[in-house]
Amino acid sequence: MKGAFAVDSAFIELDRVEKVFDVHRKTGFMRRELRRVRAVDSISFTVARGEMVGYIGPNGAGKSTTIKMLTGILTPSGGRLRVAGIDPSRERTRLAHRIGVVFGQRTTLWWDLPLLDSYRLMHRMYRIPDARYRENLDRLVELLELGDLLDVPVRQLSLGQRMRGDIVAALLHDPEVLYLDEPTIGLDVVSKGKVREFLRELNAEHGTTVLLTTHDLQDIEQLCSRVMVIDHGRLMYDGPLTGLHEVGDSERILVVDLERELPPIEAPAPARVVKVDGPRQWLAFPAAASAAPLVARIAAEYPLVDLSVREPDIEAVIAKMLHSLGDTTDPPSERATA
Amino acid sequence: MGTGRLYATVAAGGFRRYATYRAATAAGVFTNTVFGLILVYTYTALWDERPHLGGYDLAQAVTYVWIGQSLFKTLASGGGGVEGELMERIRTGDIAVDLFRPADLQLWWLAADLGRAAFELLGRGVLPFVFGALVFDLALPTDVSTWAAFLVAVLLGMLVSFGIRYLVALTAFWLMDGTGVTQMAMLTGWFCSGMVLPLNVFPGALGEVVRALPWSSLLQAPADLLLGHADPLPTYAFQAGWAVALLAAGRLVQSVAARRVVVQGG
Repeated sequence: MKGAFAVDSAFIELDRVEKVFDVHRKTGFMRRELRRVRAVDSISFTVARGEMVGYIGPNGAGKSTTIKMLTGILTPSGGRLRVAGIDPSRERTRLAHRIGVVFGQRTTLWWDLPLLDSYRLMHRMYRIPDARYRENLDRLVELLELGDLLDVPVRQLSLGQRMRGDIVAALLHDPEVLYLDEPTIGLDVVSKGKVREFLRELNAEHGTTVLLTTHDLQDIEQLCSRVMVIDHGRLMYDGPLTGLHEVGDSERILVVDLERELPPIEAPAPARVVKVDGPRQWLAFPAAASAAPLVARIAAEYPLVDLSVREPDIEAVIAKMLHSLGDTTDPPSERATA
Repeated sequence: MGTGRLYATVAAGGFRRYATYRAATAAGVFTNTVFGLILVYTYTALWDERPHLGGYDLAQAVTYVWIGQSLFKTLASGGGGVEGELMERIRTGDIAVDLFRPADLQLWWLAADLGRAAFELLGRGVLPFVFGALVFDLALPTDVSTWAAFLVAVLLGMLVSFGIRYLVALTAFWLMDGTGVTQMAMLTGWFCSGMVLPLNVFPGALGEVVRALPWSSLLQAPADLLLGHADPLPTYAFQAGWAVALLAAGRLVQSVAARRVVVQGG
C-alpha cells in the first residue's frame, strides 16, 4: 500500500534528468567540430497522479525533448526518470498502453480515411476490450461533438475538428497520463474553448494526469494550477501561475478610447501610460493586480468611450521572469552552448 | 493473435487508403495499358530480328510485357509505395508519432505496404492484363497450380520489394533530402527488375549479376513461373532468402536510426 502511495504522489518523477546531443558542425573545409548540446540539463520534478501541469518555455528550451523522454522515444543521457513506476525508454511498449499523447502539429489519424477507421485501429493497437471501446468512443465523440464527422475523411476536417479527433484517438484506451504538446495551436476561439472545457472535465472526472506544453497563456490560466518554466534545458520556475506573474513583474495593458484627444492620463502608480495615439491611450499595470480600480478611476475622471484589457503573452511573461531570475541567481555553471 | 489483428487492420487501412483515389487509379490503368502497347510493339520488332531472344518466343515476350505492366505498381519496382510517406514523416518529424505507438515500426509499414500492394494488384493490375489477353495472343498456363505458384511468387516479390524500399526510406534519418536516393532507387529498380527488358535477355556477366540481385525477385521471378521457365521451389528459395536478408537489414538500420538520431521538430 505504501508503494502505491509513493507512485501516486510522484506519478511522473524526474531526478536530475539530462539529455545531451552531440552535434557535428562544419567549421571549414574538411573540418568539423563536435559540440555537446544540453537540451535538458539536470531537471528534477514530480507530478502527482491527477495533477494538471503546464510545461512552458521559449522555443528550443527543451520541452519537446522532455516529452519525448517521458514517452520513451528518447533515452535520457543521465538521471532517473519514471512514469507510473516504469522506465519509459526500457519499457516503451508497456508504458504506451498507459499514456496518451497529442502533438498539436502532428496527427496520429489516417489522413485519407474516415475518422472511424483510425479509431478502429486504436481499438486493435491498444487491445481495448470491445465493450470499453464502444463506451469510450460514444462518450468522447459526444463530449467533443464529433458525431457527424466519424465518416468524414480526416483530410476534409478543419484544424479544430482534426485536433478534437486526435484527442479522442489519444484517450480511447483510458490512459492515466495525457501529454499535450500545443493542443490549441492554430485553433479559433470557439475550438480552443471546447478543447479546454473538455480537458478540464477529463481531469476532474477521470483524474487523468495532464502535462501540457503551450504558447497560449490562456491555456495555462484556464487549466493549470501549477506551471513549470524551462529555459536552456533548466527548470527555472515551478509553482502557481500567479507566482509566475509576481516573479516576472509582468504587466497587462489597458487600452482606453476617450471622447477626444487628451494629454496622457494621470494614473495612480504603478499604472502608467505607455502610448498615446489620438483619443486612444495604452496603460500598463501589474498583471497580478485587478483592472477594476484603475478602470473605475479613469471612468470617473475622463470621458471614457470604450476599453479593453490585453493579457501579456506567455513569451513576454517568461522573458521578464527569466530576466529577473537572471539578476538574482547565479548563472548556471554549465549552460547549453546552443 | 492480438497483434495479428492489429497488422491486419493496418493492412486493410493501407488497401482502403489507396482505394480512395479512384481517378488516380483510372489514370494509372490507362497509363499501364498504353505503356504495355508501346512495349509490345517494341518487343515485336525486337523478336522479329532475334527470335527466341532470352529463351522466350514472341507470345511469351508479349505475355511478359503484360505481366510487367500489371505488377508494376503492385511490386513498386520503381518506388511509389508507402516509403514516400515514411520518408516524409521522418523528414518532418511526424515519425515521433509512430515511434511511441505500442507497435513495431517495420511490421506496421510492411502491413500498410502489403495492403497497398493488394489494392494495386486488383485495382491497377487486372484491367491491363485482361486488355492484353483480349487484344494479343498470350502464352498463359491453363492449370490452376501454375497460377497459384505465380501468386505465391508475387507475394514473395512484395516482401523483397518492401525490404528494398524500407532501407531506402530509412536513409531519410541521415539524409534530410531523399530525392537523390529515391531517384537512384527508381532507376535501379526499373532496370534491374526487368521492367525495360526481361533479365534473361541480358548478356554475359551483366546478366549473371542482374539475375542474382534482389530486384530479379520482383518481376522476373513470378513471370518465369507463369511462363513455365522456372521451378517454384528454387524461385521461392531465392526470393525468400533476399526477403529475410533485406528485412533483417532494415531492422538493424531501424534500431541504429532510432538510437542515434534526433527526432526532427524540436
